[in-house]
Amino acid sequence: MAQNGVSQGADTHKNMILAEGVVKTFGQGEHMVTALDNVSVTIRQNEFFTLLGPSGCGKTTLLRLIAGFDLPDRGNILLDGQEIGHLPPYKRPVNTVFQNYALFPHMSVARNIGFGLEMQGRPAKEISEATDRMLALVQMEHLADRQTDQLSGGQQQRVALARALAPHPKVLLLDEPLSALDLKLRKEMQIELKRLQHETGITFVFVTHDQEEALTMSDRIAVMSAGDILQVGPPKEIYNNPARRFVADFIGDINILEADLTSGDTQATLPGGARINAILPNSWAPTGRVNVAIRPEDMALTQPGADNAALHGTVQNIVYFGSGHNVHVALDSGLDIIVRCAGTSHEVGALVGITLPDAVQVLVD
Amino acid sequence: MTQSSFITPAQQAESDAKLAAAKAQTDADARRRRLQLLSPSVLLIGIFGLFPLTITLIYSFLSPGSYGGVTWEFSTNAYVQFLFEADIFDDTLSFSTTYLSIFSRSIGLALVATVGALIIGFPTAYFIASKRPEQRNFWLFLITLPFWTNLLIRTYAILLIIRDEGIINLGLMGVGITDKPIGILYTDFAVFMGLIYSYLPFMVLPLYASLEKLDFRLVEAAYDLYASRFQVLRHIIIPMAKPGIVAGCILVFIPGLGAYITPELLGGGKDLMIGNLIALQFGGSRNWPFGSAAALILMVVVMLSLIVYVRHAGKGGASHG
Repeated sequence: MAQNGVSQGADTHKNMILAEGVVKTFGQGEHMVTALDNVSVTIRQNEFFTLLGPSGCGKTTLLRLIAGFDLPDRGNILLDGQEIGHLPPYKRPVNTVFQNYALFPHMSVARNIGFGLEMQGRPAKEISEATDRMLALVQMEHLADRQTDQLSGGQQQRVALARALAPHPKVLLLDEPLSALDLKLRKEMQIELKRLQHETGITFVFVTHDQEEALTMSDRIAVMSAGDILQVGPPKEIYNNPARRFVADFIGDINILEADLTSGDTQATLPGGARINAILPNSWAPTGRVNVAIRPEDMALTQPGADNAALHGTVQNIVYFGSGHNVHVALDSGLDIIVRCAGTSHEVGALVGITLPDAVQVLVD
Repeated sequence: MTQSSFITPAQQAESDAKLAAAKAQTDADARRRRLQLLSPSVLLIGIFGLFPLTITLIYSFLSPGSYGGVTWEFSTNAYVQFLFEADIFDDTLSFSTTYLSIFSRSIGLALVATVGALIIGFPTAYFIASKRPEQRNFWLFLITLPFWTNLLIRTYAILLIIRDEGIINLGLMGVGITDKPIGILYTDFAVFMGLIYSYLPFMVLPLYASLEKLDFRLVEAAYDLYASRFQVLRHIIIPMAKPGIVAGCILVFIPGLGAYITPELLGGGKDLMIGNLIALQFGGSRNWPFGSAAALILMVVVMLSLIVYVRHAGKGGASHG
């Protein structure tokens, strides 16, 4: 794309989308559902931003408000510094890739891709050039004249992408676009999407309920639950330092243990008496009983009674999942936890010691 | 399979042939059973459709009897009469547009009524299709409500409303907009209105059937791609509703073209439509062969225009994707 060099070099911290205090409810009276409850979020120019959460968390509603299919009850949505919350979808420089692709069945692949530019009243020459460029971008040149119902799921996906990218929107919205594809194709498209985002320099806002997908592709992730954004951050931060219990639970496998934290102390006391460094969420200093999160892969099994064994328990079950094993251990304190290891010499029923990482994340409920 | 080694190639071929024969037999049976499903309607169409049509065709080539009916004497007069007028004194033929103009007037009125029904019916069908599924049946029920009363009665009711002493004229004169009745009854406009009223449900129902299947996400996608409301209608909704538009237009145009009651009552028989012309030949004019010929010409016109229309509509759909 011609814009490539320019947008890549642009100030990456410039805000592209700014949502402030957005509220959206559906239905009335008893049946009223609050889909978004006072949500504020900033999406930067040229980033791959993911809204991640279970179904019904409000992520698709937020996307539809940005696209203009629904209007917010309260709050502002700014695009590139301009208030757009009240504009109809056709007046917003934002395009959407729909979950079911929503390709026009009565048009050829090429006309689908050129549709946005056609509606903008661009000259025929520009439309056909842009269409050709988009077909090349998604490697679909050979299928330009096909009807869309003659395409496979993956091909339809590419056409939907090309159609949404052709008018070169400021923001591309993607509503769970990979959920209908099989695993192998989904993995390919994840890489493909990342490449497209890089090549076009367009801000991508991606909605998914698949945490692995979010971790793979995103520059930043917003984890949503029950109409609220719980945590925003880069994938590593979301994975390693989940601030909220919901975030920790939702992303990957995790062990949540109770621990005691005394005021001014940097260490938490685990059941059984082991002491461990505590990482506190920003500007929050809890005391007393707290929850701490430990990833299964951050622990290791060792001989019972070994010097570095902070916890002790009995192996309950060993689950093989290809690249390793999940060992389920019943701690002496009564809690069940999972420890991940590449191979294991331990057997079910064996007594084991468990080593801990240097520090654990303290969670806000 | 362990047994396969005991079967010689010849035996194998023989059993294959037997299998194929049996399969062909079952296929033939299945075909025959499927054809049996058609037999009631074939019987019905044969007795009450093709048979009368054949009689009509034969009558159109016979001579009229003095008191109605036909005399069994071959003649092409009925078709000649359609285009030419015989001089009263010397029987020389001169070209006449009398019947052609009745045909073209009828086609014109039926076309205008079809377009009118489409313009009124489309928003109605869209409205119903955009309702929640549990509410749609109620609106569809309202659309079919007129069928509960006989068309003749309903047309008489229209007559009562639009006649000079009807409520429209009394109302207009009552509020002082006019001081004498505006003539609505016995005009082409009255026939046009009557036709739209009578056949509107036949437009709305097929339109609804195709709009109901319209995936609203396509409309959203078009809005998202900078299409205004009008562009969405033109590029998405109308092309997707095309089968319904074609079906609705056919269902209004054909009965509209041959309509009898509406032009008879509301048009006052002043300017004839084809239906009235044909009825007249079997009644007052006692010219059964000419009536038969007119009916067959109408049928051919309808068939030809249908073929052209469906071809054109189909092609339009393909080139636009």
